[in-house]
Amino acid sequence: MITAVVFLPLIAAIIAGIMAFMRHGADEHRSHSIDRLSQWVTCGALLLSAAGSISIFFDVALGGNSYTYELMTWIDSGTFEVSWALKVDSLTAVMLIVVTGVSSMVHIYSIGYMHHDRHVPRFMAYLSLFTFFMLMLITADNLIQMFFGWEGVGLASYLLIGFWYHKPTANAAAIKAFVVNRVGDFGFALGIFCVFVIFQSVDLDTIFAAAPGHANDTLEVFSVEFDALTIACLLLFVGAMGKSAQLGLHTWLPDAMEGPTPVSALIHAATMVTAGVFMVARLSPVFEFSDVALAVVTIVGASTCIFAATIACTQNDIKRVIAYSTCSQLGYMFFACGVSAYSAGIFHLTTHAFFKALLFLGAGAVIHAMSDEQDMRKMGGIWKLIPVTYALMWIGNLALAGIPPFAGFYSKDIVLEAAYAANTGVGTYAFYMGLLAAFLTAFYSWRLLFMTFHGAPRADEKTMAHVHESPMVMIGPLLVLATGAVLAGWVMYDNFVGGSVVQFWGNAILVLENHPALENARYVPTWVKLSPLVVGGVGIVLAYIMYIAKPDLPARMAETFRPIYLMSFNKWYVDELYDKIFVRPAFYLGRQLWKVGDGTLIDGVGPDGIARAVRMLARRVSALQSGYVYHYAFGMMIGVVTLITWYLFTSAG
Amino acid sequence: MFEIGLSHYLSVAGILFAIGIFGIFINRKNVIVIMMSIELMLLAVNINLVAFSTHLNDLVGQVFAIFVLTVAAAEAAVGLAILVVYFRNRGSIAVEDINMMKG
Repeated sequence: MITAVVFLPLIAAIIAGIMAFMRHGADEHRSHSIDRLSQWVTCGALLLSAAGSISIFFDVALGGNSYTYELMTWIDSGTFEVSWALKVDSLTAVMLIVVTGVSSMVHIYSIGYMHHDRHVPRFMAYLSLFTFFMLMLITADNLIQMFFGWEGVGLASYLLIGFWYHKPTANAAAIKAFVVNRVGDFGFALGIFCVFVIFQSVDLDTIFAAAPGHANDTLEVFSVEFDALTIACLLLFVGAMGKSAQLGLHTWLPDAMEGPTPVSALIHAATMVTAGVFMVARLSPVFEFSDVALAVVTIVGASTCIFAATIACTQNDIKRVIAYSTCSQLGYMFFACGVSAYSAGIFHLTTHAFFKALLFLGAGAVIHAMSDEQDMRKMGGIWKLIPVTYALMWIGNLALAGIPPFAGFYSKDIVLEAAYAANTGVGTYAFYMGLLAAFLTAFYSWRLLFMTFHGAPRADEKTMAHVHESPMVMIGPLLVLATGAVLAGWVMYDNFVGGSVVQFWGNAILVLENHPALENARYVPTWVKLSPLVVGGVGIVLAYIMYIAKPDLPARMAETFRPIYLMSFNKWYVDELYDKIFVRPAFYLGRQLWKVGDGTLIDGVGPDGIARAVRMLARRVSALQSGYVYHYAFGMMIGVVTLITWYLFTSAG
Repeated sequence: MFEIGLSHYLSVAGILFAIGIFGIFINRKNVIVIMMSIELMLLAVNINLVAFSTHLNDLVGQVFAIFVLTVAAAEAAVGLAILVVYFRNRGSIAVEDINMMKG
């Protein structure tokens, strides 16, 4: 079962990839049928895979039968043994549902969204390939295999961001995503090395069993003693920061919106960017033994949460608003993990996957309806024209803002309650930042809603006349995701974070007894339970006042608080800062190495230098060839004289 | 009176040879002079051969001298023929002009 779930997408990707080659040069009718076939194959494989995931979920997560399925040995070198194995426990089962569920919906949605595109089979192949790598990541039984999936999703992300390769901005965004992720992945790789040094193994079960015994180990780095597990966890967390776009390594995520919208929904909202959270939760038996690492996770998560939320409030590109929102929500998941409420983090991950994919695909439907317009300033007044999309966006936003009974309410509240109940300095910091971010979340969600659907139409008449509801193949997946966004919260609450949390997660997540944040979350004061809802409501009302009641207010406020507005509008100048600190020096260094190091030194002395020396020598030698017979004769003469002289002297001596 | 011996013959031959060499190198005008110089050098060698032949009572040297004369005659004939053709083609046999094979 599990092998079918994991490898069906790979097979589909290979088939669709072959079709992409076959489509090349085919006539219109034939290429149309190839498109159709590739969509059938990939969607069919994904739906089968999703069905398998659901049955695994019932068997493993609800039935409690976790197991490891060994495929084959990968590396066997001395004491270093790595095998291809699929580890299936509650955590994996939950992620399987999220990944295959969202992925299959996105596949189906793409049939409608991409039907004008000339590269349908290639797109479907990439999507399926991504799904395979993501499944490989979440079923990993050892860190190396996880790294394989980790890099694979990075590759698929790169390919899909740059899918419209004729757009220079898309290529730049793809490269940026890849390079920024390299930084994180380097940290991850170092983390794996570090884990191997400590445990002499990369196998997860071995590591988890040995972790308590190594809790007080130290590791010498640059002749300073550090706590070994802290170092390992922090390095691994750098990897998670890169993949999950946390503060510092977040710059690639908004730019990644250059890719097609289904990609943004699948990779850059629901699945790949949550890989970091998954990794921290998966490695909870190691993270638990390092309070420092957990504190860092909490602080980074909470800071990202508020940081991204402030930026989302002033962006005008509909997809960028949602991208920053994703970044902010990932912050929630991280600080939930940081206060040892891993299951709350995964709970938020699950609900977020549904409503954020819904929001992105809904935004895609809006963009589709508005003839590929993404700027919210050029939208408005279209809610009567596309009522179904409008209603679905409402559901997505209600879930995102945490309004009961939608999914986000349950998960966001438990995250905030756990942060409060952790009763530590960083936990309290995370709680207040999270609360503030919840206010901003509600504000920017409804700002998006009002700017997009309400007010006077700001698009030109041609676009407005063309506004239309999306076809059923796009609306269908949205309805499924909307169901998830409505129901996922209270259906899963009890299992994920409620009363049956221990038997649901089993051995998948370890929480030490001195980290009781999740247990205490039930006993927090009432005001803590109510405050997220209150600030959410205030945010919605504020957005209503600013964008419906008094539409001139935002401009006036931007004028009054100009520095703050500019700071937020320009994304806190992080891109500009990185440009100055890293990009320009890197380019300068590269140019110097190219022009001076390679051009002048290596080429100058090496190939070019030798060539020049040979040419010069040849010119000198050829000058001897004067063409005058007597010169040659003279040469012969000298030669004979020399020979005789030499002969005489040697024989006489 | 002194008797004319081997060393005198050899000296004459050496002088002739040297004149031939200098004829080649110092001459800057005419290819025919070069050919004459070569002829001169060959004659010097002939004198050498004949002188040693008498001195050593060995006829081989004189036979060799006859061979050299034959070769020299053939060489002169071929060389002059080339010169005639060369003059027809290029209108000059000045040494300075003969440098087409310059590198």
